[in-house]
Formats: sequence, C-alpha cells, structure tokens
Amino acid sequence: MGLFDRHAALLERYQTARDAGMDPLRVRLQKVLSPTEAVVNGQRTIMVGTNNYLGLTFDDSCVDSAVDALRSEGTGTTGSRTANGSYDQHEQLERELADFYGMQHGMVFSTGFQANLGTIATLVGEGDYLIIDADSHASIYDASKMTAATVIRFRHNDAADLEKRLRRLKDATGNKLVVVEGIYSMLGDKAPLKEICDVSKRHGAYLLVDEAHSLGVLGEYGRGMVEEAGILDQVDFVVGTFSKTLGAVGGFCVSNHPEFENLRLLTRPYMFTASLPPSIIASVRQALRVVQQRPELRTRLWHNVEVLYDGLEAAGFHLGPDRSPVVAVHMPDLETTTGVWKALLDSGIYVNLAGAFATPNGVSLLRCSVCAAHTREQLELVVETLTGIAASIGLLPRPVMAAAG
Amino acid sequence: MNDGLALGQKEAFAEVEKLLQPFRKGDASIALDTDITRDLNIDSLAVMDMIMELEDKFDISIPLNVVAETKTVRELVDAVSRLRMGA
Repeated sequence: MGLFDRHAALLERYQTARDAGMDPLRVRLQKVLSPTEAVVNGQRTIMVGTNNYLGLTFDDSCVDSAVDALRSEGTGTTGSRTANGSYDQHEQLERELADFYGMQHGMVFSTGFQANLGTIATLVGEGDYLIIDADSHASIYDASKMTAATVIRFRHNDAADLEKRLRRLKDATGNKLVVVEGIYSMLGDKAPLKEICDVSKRHGAYLLVDEAHSLGVLGEYGRGMVEEAGILDQVDFVVGTFSKTLGAVGGFCVSNHPEFENLRLLTRPYMFTASLPPSIIASVRQALRVVQQRPELRTRLWHNVEVLYDGLEAAGFHLGPDRSPVVAVHMPDLETTTGVWKALLDSGIYVNLAGAFATPNGVSLLRCSVCAAHTREQLELVVETLTGIAASIGLLPRPVMAAAG
Repeated sequence: MNDGLALGQKEAFAEVEKLLQPFRKGDASIALDTDITRDLNIDSLAVMDMIMELEDKFDISIPLNVVAETKTVRELVDAVSRLRMGA
C-alpha cells in the first residue's frame, strides 16, 4: 500500500480541479500591493480572503516597530524560550496582552494553532472531560487527539445541548473544560457566549474561548466576543492569534487562574518550538496598541461588513447566519464553487474556496473576509461581479430588468 | 441472529439499524458484523450526525475517543449499552 493511498478520494478530487486548470491550494501572490490588493496571475486583484480585519499589515507604525526590532535585536531567537531564554519583549507582550483583557497571566505561543493545541491538551488529561463545539477549528480537534481526557462534542452553538452533556457528567469527578470560539472561521457565526458561559459555570466547568477571528473585531475595546457578551470576569481562558487582526503570526492565552504559569513547564508546543522573532513581537505589540487607540478602524470594518453582507444578501445569496467580517456564501456543490471561485479570480477578485474537510457538515462555501481598508467601491465591485457570475450560470434569478429585456 | 443480545443491546441495535437504513449498499441488511464505514455508503460527517441522534435517543454522550475506536455495528451497540448503564 502506498503512503498516501488512504487519502485517495480526497487526492482524486483535488486532481480533478487541477486538471480543469484550477488549483485553489497554490494561488501565488506575485506581488502584495496593500492590505487589500495583490498581483495574481499577472493581474491586479482585490483580496477578500485575508483575515486582515483591520488592515494592519501595512500600518506604518507596526512596520516601523518591526524594522527597529529587526535592526536592534536581529532576525530570530534561534530556539525556544525554555532552552534559550526570553527576550524582554516576549515578556512585555505577555504583560500587555494580560492587561488588555484585565487578566493576571499571559503566555505567547509561536502560532495560534499551537496556542490551542498546547493549552487545551495540557489543561485536561486522563480522567478529565473536554467538551467542544462540533464546529471547532482543526487545532481544537487535534488538541482533543493529544489529550487523554474523554472528549465530548456538543451541537454547534447550542447551549441547551451543552447543558444536556454537562448534566450527564454530573457525577463525574474529573475536571471539565468547555471550548468554544467567539466567531467561527468558516461561516462567520457568533457563539451565544453568555448562555454557554452560564451553563458551563452552573455545572462547574472551566470555559476556554478562542477569539482568533474576533480579537479587534468585537467589543467596545476590541477584546472580542468575551467582551461583547460581558463575560470577561467569568471566562477562565482566552486564546487568540496574532495572524489575523494583529497582522503577523503567533498566538496567546490569557487567564486569571492562579496556577496558570505551570503551563510553561508542561506545554510541549510551547517548550519545544522556537520563540517568535523580535520583529514579529514588536509589530504585534504595536498592533495591539493600534487596536486600542484607533477604534475608528473597527467602525470602518463594520461599515464594510454591511456593504458586503447586505449587498450579497440583497442579491439573493444564501449567507452565513450572522453579519460578521467573515462573510460565507453558500454554493450548491464543490464543483460549482470551484468554477465560481475561478471566474472571480479571473475577474480580479480573490476569496477563499472552502469545502468538505474544512467546513461544518462539509458544505461548499465561497468565504470572504472583510477588511477595514477595503473601499466601498472594491466591495461593491465584489457584489456586482459575484452576482453577475452566479446569474450567468443560473445560481440566482436574473435581475428583473434583464429578464424583461 | 440477535438472540444472544441482552435487552439493552437489543434496543440499541434496533435504533442503530433504523438510523443506518438510508446508507445500505444494495440489499445487504444491517447486521452486528456490518463494518460501518466499509460496508455502508456513509461518510464521516453522516456518522457524526448518526451518533448525535443516538445520543439524544438514549440520553448519553458517546465520547469522540470511543467513536474513533468503533468500526462495527456490534462495537457501537456495545458502546451504547455500556454508556446507558453508566459504565
């Protein structure tokens, strides 16, 4: 048996797309022009699939901070903090993240994936219970494979189903950790976090919230769904990433748990990975300041969400249930999705193609992410172009005027 | 063929058999030795949906670790009856 034989079905579908001249996994950005534009296939392209929610990747103050750190502290740390030591900046960033959330402790990881993997798999072990939302990100599912805890999943965003499952565990003696996300990455739907928090606390469970797609996006101060739901004083662990709103790469966990610092001794994805380079830490620290100092970016982002979400909804598309910076457009099947995705790219618009293995229930989606730096004209062009492509293949009713003509 | 089963197992089997009907390949009936992914037209997502139906029906939670180790109808029936007894 060949090494990849067990993946034959998936590989075959990928090959079919490649044979049709489409390779969604190998899109090459020949030149990145700004947070919202790049050159793809020799063509100036509007980027609507970046997760760059506030457009900070080209923010002058963030770039300057990174360049200064690069000059003064070098290109990399060449090892883990456990073995090689921490730079001052690592600890300063941890302090700043903890302060941002009003928490006692903060820990920085080299990616957001590792932040979930490391914290979740360390917090619960044999005899404990890990209770996850069914639509959880791959990093949470992989954490559930790393831990010896019993793993139970509840129906997506369903606090009543979570309660049933916690009730069934009422006589269990182990610790219980409930894991949810603020905004779900594929459909852009928000967790009913207040209800989930109430249920978790009522049943003596710890609550961990992954704010990957909601940091800087939700809440008056940009602290995410935990702030919007008003549960900052009750949530036990907040995990997040530097690779979306904060415009770089890395992850973190903050908490008020008195023994939180033990994680540094126990969490292998933290202990055995090189720490983030000084330039990354510096730009992230500055981006976190910008999130706090420039709330108008958040206002602009939500205006843009309205333009795209409401425009596509009015055109007749079936979208994710909540208005959020992740705008998911439902498509009937993967073949159609791939075709529309390619037609959009040929028209100079890049969105994410998402299908089985990445989406809840294997639905096919064109996933758009909105950026504060998008102009109204760019987003209106996206609505117009996508509507035209969909109408041309019969996915949408043709506009009334055209039909009459 | 199911005479050797305890009452709880019979109930579990009846429910599993009902939920798996739509995924039969041809005329092959659902038996204890049916391999859920190999002998049926069912993908992993549909398996998870079926698991959730079973959980609701019997008021149990079947841990993901148990699902991962369950290959045959017999193993699923055993897991359901074990969990119903609180084991």
